[in-house]
Amino acid sequence: MKDAHLDGAPPERARGGRPELTNAALGAAGLAGFLALCEAVPRLGIVSAEYFPPVSRIADALVGELGDGAFWTALGDTLTGWALGLAIAVTAGVLAGVVISVVPYLREATASTIEFLRPIPSVALIPLAVLLYGTELRSVLLLVVYASFWQVLLQTLYGVRDVDPVAEETARSYGLGTWARVRHVLWPTALPYVMTGVRLAAAVALILAVTAELVIGAPGLGARIAVAQTSQAVPEMYALVVVTGVLGLLINVGARTVERRALAWHQSVRGEVAV
Amino acid sequence: MLDVRGLRKVYEGAGRRVEAVRDLTFTVGAGELVCLVGPSGCGKTTLLKCVAGLLAPTAGEILLGGRPVTGPPPGMAVVFQEYGRSLFPWMRVGENVELPLKQQRMPKARRRELVADALRSVGLTDAAGAYPWQLSGGMQQRVAIARALAYEPDVLLMDEPFAAVDAQTRADLEDLVRGLWRARGITVLFVTHDIDEAVYLGERVLVLSASPTVVREQLSIDLPSERDQLHTRVAPRFAELRTQVYAQVQAAKRGAAVPAADVRTPTPPAT
Repeated sequence: MKDAHLDGAPPERARGGRPELTNAALGAAGLAGFLALCEAVPRLGIVSAEYFPPVSRIADALVGELGDGAFWTALGDTLTGWALGLAIAVTAGVLAGVVISVVPYLREATASTIEFLRPIPSVALIPLAVLLYGTELRSVLLLVVYASFWQVLLQTLYGVRDVDPVAEETARSYGLGTWARVRHVLWPTALPYVMTGVRLAAAVALILAVTAELVIGAPGLGARIAVAQTSQAVPEMYALVVVTGVLGLLINVGARTVERRALAWHQSVRGEVAV
Repeated sequence: MLDVRGLRKVYEGAGRRVEAVRDLTFTVGAGELVCLVGPSGCGKTTLLKCVAGLLAPTAGEILLGGRPVTGPPPGMAVVFQEYGRSLFPWMRVGENVELPLKQQRMPKARRRELVADALRSVGLTDAAGAYPWQLSGGMQQRVAIARALAYEPDVLLMDEPFAAVDAQTRADLEDLVRGLWRARGITVLFVTHDIDEAVYLGERVLVLSASPTVVREQLSIDLPSERDQLHTRVAPRFAELRTQVYAQVQAAKRGAAVPAADVRTPTPPAT
């Protein structure tokens, strides 16, 4: 380390994009290695190819799925459940969070109830969902909303608590009323927390959407996985599992992008600024 | 313009009762620049928040233009010490200055005019599109001052506004405030713990006692109204006034009474 500096090598940060490039290459190599391993292990007979087909066969099955209209319908169903549920949960979570924080005494009054309801695993509500709505979209929504609502609500509550008293006093001294302060001070302060809540909720919502379809049989990727399993179409089952994984990845990347755009002013995004 | 009568503020906490301000009475005339100095922790900020209508006094009353202050009054702007927290980081400089005007439903053309004028008078015409956190501390405080100016207040309250900037920036900002005060005829109440700053800026200096606070002394600053950092600060009269205020603040810290006669004729430094 010391020698490198004596040689006049620039410090790591000044080297521009190179470390990132190296990381990307290492990541790709790791993934390729993993895929090669998954191909080799069943082919060498270490595990039974019947339950763990080689990657090439899963890829074949995936291509087959992509050519099947029913697959796209299932994907659409899953995404509908996910997006609708997430939208309801975010709206409700943010509204409830702001109201609970702004109305005096409401936070204290609701804290214990929230702490009781929040840890209930959403999947424990599956019987209830079936009783109420059968295999309709609504039972998926019930589970998705229940699971993701708490993520958003809690983050909103934390975010609102973070309002700077000086900013609040400034707003008051310039004659901003309650609604104007909610809009111009409280909301922007809470937004970074809300964004984190939305990102967590988006991931949880996908898990619950697939779970609901899988267990209840509501139409979607989950139900398709269950069908593939019962009809012994093992490579197709894996292909669908891969699709859900890719969905999760895309949702996370998308949420992070939205977060970075919306919070360009925030310390966590803007980084250090030379003054 | 601003009348503070028998102001008293007691904080009631869990089992703790803190009398921050005991009995304050003073007036600030229209167009006057009055500085408040006192030892640290003497309740200056409490006083200012009461005047700004951000805190309800326990007793006494505050009148602005004859009308009692019960909440943040229109026509009053506050510049806080913590400029970094007082400016909104999610808004650009121009938007920060404009926000209070938007709340008044002022037409857009007029808003633009006021924002541009305020930024020009603090020397930040080019910074309107920047975010506050892209500016230096002194520039951020200028933005906060511009926001106050654009609001067109009758009374400007400043709570130790330059306590967190470096000495050179501080001198510049002091001259800026004095220049703006003279140009615009705003009534200014300036709170500081810095004795030199109080004497340099003020037309009148009020020295506060230690908490629970009362006014110990009122001094008229009979320096010429044309002041500059180089000459005013070395003027013999400046030194005298400074010494008077210093003696009062020191006495306030000890809680002792300094006979007024002793202070008025300061003993020349033994050389």
